[in-house]
Amino acid sequence: MQIEDNSNKEFRPLILAFCCNWCSYAGADLAGSSRSSYPAEVKIIRVPCSCRVNPLFLLRAFEKGADGVILAGCHPGDCHYSTGNYYTRRRMALLFDMLDYLGIERERTRVEWISAAEGAKFSTTMNAFTQTIKELGPNRKLRDLRCMP
Amino acid sequence: MHAIEETIKETCKKLWDDGEVNRILAWEKGLFDHDAAPALFRSRERISHLVYNEHCGGNLSKFLIKEMEKEGKVLVLLKPCDTYGFNQLLSENRINREKVYILGVPCGGMRDERGLLFKCLSCKGNDFKASDQIIESDLSVPAPVPSGEEEKLNKMTAEERFAFWRGQLSKCIRCNACRNVCPACSCIKCVFDNRDSGIETKANSDAFEENLFHIIRAFHVAGRCTDCGECSRVCPQNIPLYLLNRKMIEEMNERYGTYQAGENPEAKSPLTEFKESDPEISAEYGKGGVSSC
Ligand code: SF4
Ligand code: SF4
Ligand code: SF4
Repeated sequence: MQIEDNSNKEFRPLILAFCCNWCSYAGADLAGSSRSSYPAEVKIIRVPCSCRVNPLFLLRAFEKGADGVILAGCHPGDCHYSTGNYYTRRRMALLFDMLDYLGIERERTRVEWISAAEGAKFSTTMNAFTQTIKELGPNRKLRDLRCMP
Repeated sequence: MHAIEETIKETCKKLWDDGEVNRILAWEKGLFDHDAAPALFRSRERISHLVYNEHCGGNLSKFLIKEMEKEGKVLVLLKPCDTYGFNQLLSENRINREKVYILGVPCGGMRDERGLLFKCLSCKGNDFKASDQIIESDLSVPAPVPSGEEEKLNKMTAEERFAFWRGQLSKCIRCNACRNVCPACSCIKCVFDNRDSGIETKANSDAFEENLFHIIRAFHVAGRCTDCGECSRVCPQNIPLYLLNRKMIEEMNERYGTYQAGENPEAKSPLTEFKESDPEISAEYGKGGVSSC
């Protein structure tokens, strides 16, 4: 395997977006069909509910080389399963506090509520988040050192 | 202390003779004077080996889980702080209240060979949150002394905190003692025993692994951790695990109202509940802000 020299290339972050099947994933679809763009750095993983996302998923993503992880779900009150996103809200607030406490940049994680009708919000959110991560630079603190380039 | 030990023995014998209980979970003398060891007494004669002194720091409530499979009632000695762990196990249906007789034993602060235990500096008080009978005495628990470590950490910059935790967590040898002693960690199949989880029992193979174990465990016990301090006490590497747990407790209290796990077995933990009016996680990451996009 050839080892690439990345040193003088522009930093292209790897961003993972967990999107709820019932809202944000459809929001991404709408963004696509209304031809508003979002960065190619964003990789979407569809989940049945934002509440399905175990904090370990986020940590694992960082370990495997993600530079930012965003979690997108239905607006509070609109959860397909009635209450899932309320639990997400408490859980993720706490996880972010913990990451902050451990000295890991909190800006690398985000939760947004994006409905199926908010294609534009989907694309602005993803653009803004990608921009934030680009400014932060690569995630070095949480990465599995064996995966480091 | 000796008089208390005698009273405890007498009470145990009486309850045994009355047929109330058929085994006793307590302490016996360990290898050294300063390590009273948890022990299960299965005969009346053995009760004479029971000890209760200022070296009985451990919490016996988690041993009760195993006792639930057996016939008859078990008597357990619990100090005031131990009753929180007991209630936590009760609320998670890990033990059956009907099969336990709690003998509340007074405490004046517990010690090891180095002096007063660290956990006793943040004692929750003399009250028993569960008991069937209490041994009366004029002993009183030590007054709380704030550790000051929390403030120090809160004042640090993110980089300093990262360096601090790196230094602490990299000492971890993954002995799992913190998990094994914890009354909130009573899962039948722990994620750290599951090979497929990728974070199974093993010493860390890379830097991140060290963080992961501690983040996950602190998160699993969030809302259930009684801040009993047992994890920090047993850690052979002296990692200040209480700092992680207290941070979680502090954040939950601030956002969702004060909650003390183990105080009342009927109460619901903050992470199994929600309010529609809960604060948003803001894009600016300020507490309680509203999402900006
Ligand atoms: S202080 Fe430690 S041992 Fe005690 S309940 Fe909390 S995590 Fe478990
Ligand atoms: S670490 Fe988590 S899975 Fe393991 S026993 Fe504790 S709470 Fe259960
Ligand atoms: S007791 Fe200490 S050394 Fe052992 S696994 Fe827990 S933190 Fe690591």
